[in-house]
Amino acid sequence: MNWPTNTRSPGQVIPKCVSYLIGTLALLLICAAADARTIVDARDYAGYAWSPYLAGAGIGVLSWLTFYFSDKPIGASSFYALLAGFLGKLIAPRHTASLVYFKDNPPRVGWQAVFVISIIVGGALAAVTGGEFTNEWLSPMWTERFGDSMTLRAAVAFAGGLIMAFGARLAGGCTSGHGISGTLQLNLASWIAVICFFIGGISVAMFLFKW
Amino acid sequence: MIDPGKAVKKWGKNPAQYVDAAPELIAGAMFGLAFGFLLQKGGVGKFHVLIGQLLLQDFTVAKVMLTAIVVGMIGVFTLHHFAKVNLHIKPTQIGSNIIGGLLFGAGFALMGYCPGTAAVALGQGSWDALFGMAGLIAGSWMFAELSGWTKRTIENWGDLGKVLLPDLLHVPRGVFVVGFATALTALLVLLERFNTR
Repeated sequence: MNWPTNTRSPGQVIPKCVSYLIGTLALLLICAAADARTIVDARDYAGYAWSPYLAGAGIGVLSWLTFYFSDKPIGASSFYALLAGFLGKLIAPRHTASLVYFKDNPPRVGWQAVFVISIIVGGALAAVTGGEFTNEWLSPMWTERFGDSMTLRAAVAFAGGLIMAFGARLAGGCTSGHGISGTLQLNLASWIAVICFFIGGISVAMFLFKW
Repeated sequence: MIDPGKAVKKWGKNPAQYVDAAPELIAGAMFGLAFGFLLQKGGVGKFHVLIGQLLLQDFTVAKVMLTAIVVGMIGVFTLHHFAKVNLHIKPTQIGSNIIGGLLFGAGFALMGYCPGTAAVALGQGSWDALFGMAGLIAGSWMFAELSGWTKRTIENWGDLGKVLLPDLLHVPRGVFVVGFATALTALLVLLERFNTR
């Protein structure tokens, strides 16, 4: 169909690339589920090192500290938008600067960026001290369910990351920004978002791992 | 029509405009280190723990999150009562919170890590997080590409501004915090009773 340029077709509520994305996702889901082998149970694999209540309480106290000392809530997802912004600045500076999101949120190497990079180091420290450093490209639970194809895992993880980041930006945060910081501030937006995280997550996970 | 010249100028050439001061960066590093450490020790950097939550087999994620919410809520609202901290409330836009939330969840189930726990997974040597992180960067870019459109459409659906649960229910904040903390703790007790993990 040829719509005149610069006008939007009246029926086109969803942009083309979004509908392509939804189509690709559906296809990927069906392929992955069709390739599935056995029924898996997450409890067959090692769980937490410390009590989840202890870790949770620690994170709660940490949020007091970030509010008090840095005047910032804990959050992770905008770090990836920051990386996207810096990459965009390198590749197409003018185009990047013209995008509404980057105008509203100019990329900045700040507290957020250092915070997320340090999460990697903190995770490494905890894993090494607890003897839990895995050094593996595929999680055993994934392999048991979907086999050892790296291509499948890479494609599914990449697509997942893509949809997740899009959702996080639209919803205004991730499992940290909404799921912990927003909910603990009793923000209505965060409670709506976190409930939807789990509705979406449970539906797709059940389809992928139990179907 | 957007004038790209102005926006480029706004970003500036002076590093001070896009790099924070050293004390702030050091604080960020310390807090990030602690956050990553606690997440890994809590087990939520593991693929099967996160997917196990979505399969309703392993409730570690819910336990970590709910405990953090109860403890965090009591402290932050107490500090806020004594004017020691500011609240950082994101506006409620029902349309984008629901659609974005559902998309986030779907992506979470596919990737097996969320943005913060992907960083933990990378640190603990679960290299598949790298594919997901590449996807996160691509998805953030895609959102930026469409941000003009989302701002005109989805973000206006049910835009209520900044709303807190106690304000919505017309209950004093202190009363709500105490009641809600009790309710969430009761939920944790129930979870512990009916689930081994």
